[in-house]
Amino acid sequence: MATAADTVAAPRQSVRRRVSAYLFRSRRTRLTALLTLPMLWLVVIYFAAVFSLLATALFSLDSFTSAVVRTLTLANFRAVFTEPAYWRATGQTVTVAASVTVLCIALGLPMAFYMAKVAQGRSRGVLIALVITPLWASYLVKVYAWQAMVQPGNGVIAWLGKPFGLQGPGLGMVAVILTLTYLWLPYMVLPIYAGLERMPDSLLEASGDLGGRPWRTFRSVVVPLVYPSIIAGTIFTFSLSLGDYITAQIVGGKFQMLGNIVYQNYAANLPFAATIATIPVIIMVIYLALVRRTGALDNL
Amino acid sequence: MATTRLLKIAVVGAAVAMVASGCGSSSGTTDAGSGPAKPPQLPMLQTLGAGEGAINILAWPGYAENGTTDPTVNWVTPFEKATGCKANVQVANTSDEMFEKMGTGDFDVVSASGDSSLRMIYAGKVAPVNTSLLTNWNDIAPFQKEQQWNSVGGVDYGIPHGWGANLLSWRTDKVSPAPDSWSAVWDTNSPYKGKIGAYDSPTYLADAALYLMSTKPDLGIKNPYALDQTQFDAAVALATAQKPILAGYWSSYTDAQKAFENGTYLLGTSWQIIVNLAKADKTPVDSVLPKEGSTGWADTWMIDAKSPHPNCAYMWMNWITTPKVQAQVAEWFGEAPANTKACDFTVDKSHCDTFHAKDEAYFKRIWFWATPQADCLDGRTDVKCVPYSQWTQAWSQLRS
Amino acid sequence: MYLSSRARWAIRFVMVIGLAFIYVPLAVVLINSFNASTVFAWPPQQFTLHWWSDVWSNAGVRDAILTSVKIGLISTRVAMVLGGLLAFALSRYTFFGRQTLSLLVILPIALPGIVTALALRTAFRTILSVELSIWTVVIAHSTFCIVVMYNNVIARLRRMGTSLEAASMDLGADSFTTFRRVTFPLLRGALLAGGLLAFGLSFDEIVVTLFTAPPGVTTLPIWIFQNLFRPNQAPVVNVVAAALVLLSIVPIYISQRLAGDSTGGGRM
Repeated sequence: MATAADTVAAPRQSVRRRVSAYLFRSRRTRLTALLTLPMLWLVVIYFAAVFSLLATALFSLDSFTSAVVRTLTLANFRAVFTEPAYWRATGQTVTVAASVTVLCIALGLPMAFYMAKVAQGRSRGVLIALVITPLWASYLVKVYAWQAMVQPGNGVIAWLGKPFGLQGPGLGMVAVILTLTYLWLPYMVLPIYAGLERMPDSLLEASGDLGGRPWRTFRSVVVPLVYPSIIAGTIFTFSLSLGDYITAQIVGGKFQMLGNIVYQNYAANLPFAATIATIPVIIMVIYLALVRRTGALDNL
Repeated sequence: MATTRLLKIAVVGAAVAMVASGCGSSSGTTDAGSGPAKPPQLPMLQTLGAGEGAINILAWPGYAENGTTDPTVNWVTPFEKATGCKANVQVANTSDEMFEKMGTGDFDVVSASGDSSLRMIYAGKVAPVNTSLLTNWNDIAPFQKEQQWNSVGGVDYGIPHGWGANLLSWRTDKVSPAPDSWSAVWDTNSPYKGKIGAYDSPTYLADAALYLMSTKPDLGIKNPYALDQTQFDAAVALATAQKPILAGYWSSYTDAQKAFENGTYLLGTSWQIIVNLAKADKTPVDSVLPKEGSTGWADTWMIDAKSPHPNCAYMWMNWITTPKVQAQVAEWFGEAPANTKACDFTVDKSHCDTFHAKDEAYFKRIWFWATPQADCLDGRTDVKCVPYSQWTQAWSQLRS
Repeated sequence: MYLSSRARWAIRFVMVIGLAFIYVPLAVVLINSFNASTVFAWPPQQFTLHWWSDVWSNAGVRDAILTSVKIGLISTRVAMVLGGLLAFALSRYTFFGRQTLSLLVILPIALPGIVTALALRTAFRTILSVELSIWTVVIAHSTFCIVVMYNNVIARLRRMGTSLEAASMDLGADSFTTFRRVTFPLLRGALLAGGLLAFGLSFDEIVVTLFTAPPGVTTLPIWIFQNLFRPNQAPVVNVVAAALVLLSIVPIYISQRLAGDSTGGGRM
């Protein structure tokens, strides 16, 4: 039975408790404390760096000393926007990024569906592990493996396709698309898998009970629910493909992407390289702003 | 409010960025049009002291071998043993890469080719060399010193390393008759369409200009690195017309080697080392210096203006120009050694003859890489030539 | 779920094709690590164990792996703190600019690698006049690792809710004790899973590293990059890649157990 002697004494008003109480009361201090460090890092280190790189696009180059002349000018932008070759490069790069995204969805969605809804129990974990494992093989090695694979005469694809009379695609845009699809496929499968896993089976049962055939269920129930996850996956495949230059260098042959132009020019002409670099940045920012409303950013 | 704090940080950050991009190390002049530019005055080492114990070398692949490519090919480890300067060798694949990496003290020495050396000199990235500290300076043949790519106004900026020409190579089992002219790679009706390789660098436009010197003499090109706008446009047009017949462009010599070995290239521009390595892999290739002449590279060891290990740097420059080491490098890479005393030490006694190491007349037939300047390198003052930064832009456009 | 057996077989078929697509190139890498030809000629004419024994005695690869591990660990730890702080701020508080901030936070990963790489390199060398060093690499890696950690932690926080913490404080614990005893243990899984992913990203990162590393710092991807250009060294990288894949089975298994029912899959 509780007596007066059993009551617990009030905790001492130590410094720690006072601080804790203050923090509890003052939402503003808490928020400030949380945000200061990361914001300082992101803004001062990252955003400032990116901003100043893009600002360099407004400068020009002294042709003798190759030093950057810090007087504002729009000459670089004018040169890039009036030259059809750069429009072509942009178009090619966006085409590659879009193709890679579409292929990743085409292959990744069924795979994720299988893993989330058809596979049972332990095999699910095994499948996830199987999909994640290639991420640990070095990016460069995988691209070089593809370089060997796409050779028209003696590549692996040609070798496998010999009975069908298929030749390897050779170095070029097709090889770049294939390689990039290969590299980013896990980044598409995993978010979709996570989204599908969160979707209760009961919804699918209910749809079937209401008379829906599998394809109708898929179209009207699954896709709308998993749509944000798909978009989340596309953010990666799109942005990673947009800026890639190493893959294009290794398997692209004559094919060139925007990243290659930046890479070729950053040493000799930084303002010009910065101008080209603004193109994928603008594309990505627009894309992100557009997909924000789909809720994809919460599904990364 | 937390919101204003957020905004404040954002504004501060943007301001920092703008101010910072206005500050930072500003270098170089801003008046590009007031007569010939002068490289900045930089001090040179006066006396050679004790080694600092380390050296960072930026070199073309094959120039500073330390046994990792082939255990028997190693002249860096003996250098380390002899001088106590532990060498950290990094390989650069293009001149642009070299240009960008120099000038900060990250590296001590660089084996610069002509298409980056002048830029480095004018940008103040490399310091003049004190030739009295270079023990092998007098053994270097005079025709290599004081060239347009390694000296300005009589001041020497480095010690020559070696030189070679860009050669035309082909697969002897697939290409016949053996070509002897650059038309093999420029002719758009070539029977080897789609199997031709070209060098991936803006400097390749000089090769185009060189071909035009013999096919379109009325353009009046006298120096493929001194092109006025008309001449430049013609070179770009030629290179653009070539694109469809190419298999691809190579920048790393192992890519070219692989391409010749697996048949992607049947013909193309190459270096002797590519041919040597392919032959060692039992691929039937051969090479020739075509009758129109060729572009080439004459490399110079230069010292970084902010080199943290200047003594080791000079020790390296002295080491790499000794006859024995010169012989090793020259045979491994396939070039003519700068120090002709090396000819006595080559394994293949006819090496120097094959590479015309002592042949001044042959040297003068090669158009060594140089950095195009607005002040024409061929001395013309009535026109402005196209400077290198525009070569790079044109090249990017072409490649797109 | 009801699926006609035809539909079932169709999906299974695509799954098999997908897995084949993923593993054929890896098999090529593995086979090429025994290929005697230095230019990856296919099909391999001769087999050799030479490359495997080469790597074993190669000091360069050992140093490279150590450097990569060091950078990865430091970056992951920095990212845990900063990403965690951000996740708390953005999930539990509403403030003006929150939506914009949640978009901006993703930029280090969403913007093309070469832009980040070039921006940081120029910032370090030209604006701050700082020499490149292992710390510039760490700073660069931490920046994108923050995004990974942020995403993992915020997903967990959203599912966690605040009721447990409120209950703890009702019972008399102060904020710090609550965090230590209640919040942190609940977050541990997400932190570790995110940490493993962040480490994996940092370990394989090449573009930003190439631009921010000084000549003396060689991470594993840089070592691979340099060796792929050496005429007779290229096959060694196949060995390294094959070994990495085999060795990664353990961390992957661990991360799977920790993630439990996914804390948010994907790259994050």
